[in-house]
Amino acid sequence: MELSGGQILVECLKSEGVDTVFGYPGGAVLHIYDALYQQEHVNHVLVRHEQGAVHMADGYARATGKPGVVLVTSGPGATNAVTGIATAHMDSIPLVVFTGQVHSALIGNDAFQEVDNVGITRPCVKHNFMVKDVRDMAETIKKAFYVATTGRPGPVVVDIPKDVTDPKVKVPFEYPEKVAMRSYQPTEKGHSGQIRKAVDLIVNAERPMIYTGGGVILGRAADELTHFTRKLGYPITQTLMGLGAYPANDKQFLGMLGMHGTYEANMGMHHCDVLIAIGARFDDRVTGDLSKFCPHAKIVHVDIDPSSISKNVIVDVPIVGAVKSVLTEMIELVNQAGGAKKTKELESWWDQIEQWRGMKCLEYKWSDEIIKPQYVVQKLWEVTGGDAFVTSDVGQHQMWAAQYYGFNKPHRWINSGGLGTMGFGLPAALGAKWAFPDEEVACVTGEGSIQMCSQELSTALQYQLPIKIVSLNNGYLGMVRQWQEFFYSGRYAMSYMESLPDFVKLAESYGHVGMRIEKPSDVEGALREAFAMKDRLVFMDFQTDPEENVYPMVPAGAGLNEMILL
Amino acid sequence: MRHIISILMENEAGALSRVAGLFSARGYNIESLCVAPTHDESLSRLTLVTSGDEQVIEQIVKQLNKLIDVVKVQDMADTAHIERELMLVKLQAFDAVREEVYRLADIFRGQVIDVTESSYTVQLVGPGSKLDAFIDALGSIPVVEIVRSGALGISRGPRGMLVPEV
Repeated sequence: MELSGGQILVECLKSEGVDTVFGYPGGAVLHIYDALYQQEHVNHVLVRHEQGAVHMADGYARATGKPGVVLVTSGPGATNAVTGIATAHMDSIPLVVFTGQVHSALIGNDAFQEVDNVGITRPCVKHNFMVKDVRDMAETIKKAFYVATTGRPGPVVVDIPKDVTDPKVKVPFEYPEKVAMRSYQPTEKGHSGQIRKAVDLIVNAERPMIYTGGGVILGRAADELTHFTRKLGYPITQTLMGLGAYPANDKQFLGMLGMHGTYEANMGMHHCDVLIAIGARFDDRVTGDLSKFCPHAKIVHVDIDPSSISKNVIVDVPIVGAVKSVLTEMIELVNQAGGAKKTKELESWWDQIEQWRGMKCLEYKWSDEIIKPQYVVQKLWEVTGGDAFVTSDVGQHQMWAAQYYGFNKPHRWINSGGLGTMGFGLPAALGAKWAFPDEEVACVTGEGSIQMCSQELSTALQYQLPIKIVSLNNGYLGMVRQWQEFFYSGRYAMSYMESLPDFVKLAESYGHVGMRIEKPSDVEGALREAFAMKDRLVFMDFQTDPEENVYPMVPAGAGLNEMILL
Repeated sequence: MRHIISILMENEAGALSRVAGLFSARGYNIESLCVAPTHDESLSRLTLVTSGDEQVIEQIVKQLNKLIDVVKVQDMADTAHIERELMLVKLQAFDAVREEVYRLADIFRGQVIDVTESSYTVQLVGPGSKLDAFIDALGSIPVVEIVRSGALGISRGPRGMLVPEV
């Protein structure tokens, strides 16, 4: 079969089982768009800004576990995509991003819409390629999907000069069935000796703590984690990225840890004698001051990426391998050992934890007058039965969503944890809704974040993606304001927006439903009304307490046991 | 501590920039960097000299291994090895100085490879410390320019860096 480069690209996507490309056309990718137009297997979602395309593909990938696919043009198309690519990179999300490039003969000549895509994206991708010859197209795409989805996943950029997709140049096409790279062979199976050593430490722990991250979700190991945790009866805490991998409504779950983690989780970390870290990377938002981190603990660390191990915290038993495979082996060994051994010590450890839990660190001051943002998230949980896909932007609302929406399933909580990208929530929600049209999808956001990608409200109308936007509008860039209150004597430098759009009218002008909610007594009703409109996007503009802070808080430079409580 | 790290990479366009970019992005030092093709035309051998404590070097090796184009990484400090560097030094050489330069080059087993009425260019091979010693020994002899290749390293014994099977 002889095909052009554009046709080959489409055929490769079909072979990879790609159902949707999120993108935006332009000069350098016109041949590819023409090939897409002439087939019916691969859908295309036309966004309004390339950043939106990448976040949408990212939301789709996080919700489904499948790689997200993006197609953008050269120059500004590619540079607009960079924020989205970096976002996916920091959270290890598998994406394949096709960027157009100017004609090969023009590369390096400062041609119209030329930019060095490979150079610009290099530090924020797992890998990138430039296809220089149409005969390399199929193999390169095969490698791109392979690299993006295996090992520690991540975004891969494939840069394609326009002449490579010339419809007049046709070459024989065959999609490679397999791919093998001598330079890239991720370790799946953990070292059995290390696993044995770890389990020995684990079952003999007196004050254990299980700490898990996004790796458990990416590695589809939530069931194994749940089994492992229940078998041992140990307390478990999760990072922002790890929420949902263990049911939040279970007694063994202590909530999120870290900067805005719960008192019980952070105190548990500080006092534990064995820390079992699984698919987590000891991020600075989790550890606080490294010199004060888990001072009493022997640490077991399971991660598929060797460079995550002993990067920030030196660990005692490192295990490189896929979380699912390692946990399966661990469960077997824990069973053989007859489960946890130190029954008596564990009992007093749980007593201690229950005392910490008794502090009720997530309680907040109720008001009849003004809407508390935490309350909105709690009601959102109730109205959606705790089972919605929830995306967020970045800031206070993100923390409240993480703290108050108890995620019981993996893949349901979708947020930009690593890069902290404002503007992520709306397009990510649209990507999730595209993947799961029958599920409820809510975007918890704020009036600052939503304006960073609000143009995608237009995409939502075009493709009938009736998500629900829960905007916690406090008139401030809330997290910035909170830091200014705590650490800059209340000098609120540029954290107040003196002019905001009328969000009801904004939603309406894009063809959606807008609501403005001002009283606490109206919160639940508004949410119920909004979610009852199954086929409409509803933008709920909640007027919330401008001075509310996220508690608890571990200030930068403090240890996890040095929290600010309400 | 100073480490010589040897890297076998796929001989692809941009491979070098991935290594250089990694070092600048993560704030690691590069003292020198040397890259050239090998007897296997699909591979490049890259030798870099860096410094850092044990944890930093461990991260450097891991991060290098994480680069998709990197086939093999070896910290030469882990094995008995030989270090060599090539240096070309152009010196102003008049009258009595000419004799002095010639003698110094001889002591350091260097060769004079270019001569003019007013200059000598000396070629010298050895570990970096030997080249430094030569520069020190020149004393007040005026240097026009110095070109150094950066260190190369190779392990002692019959075995080479193994390329993993696919």
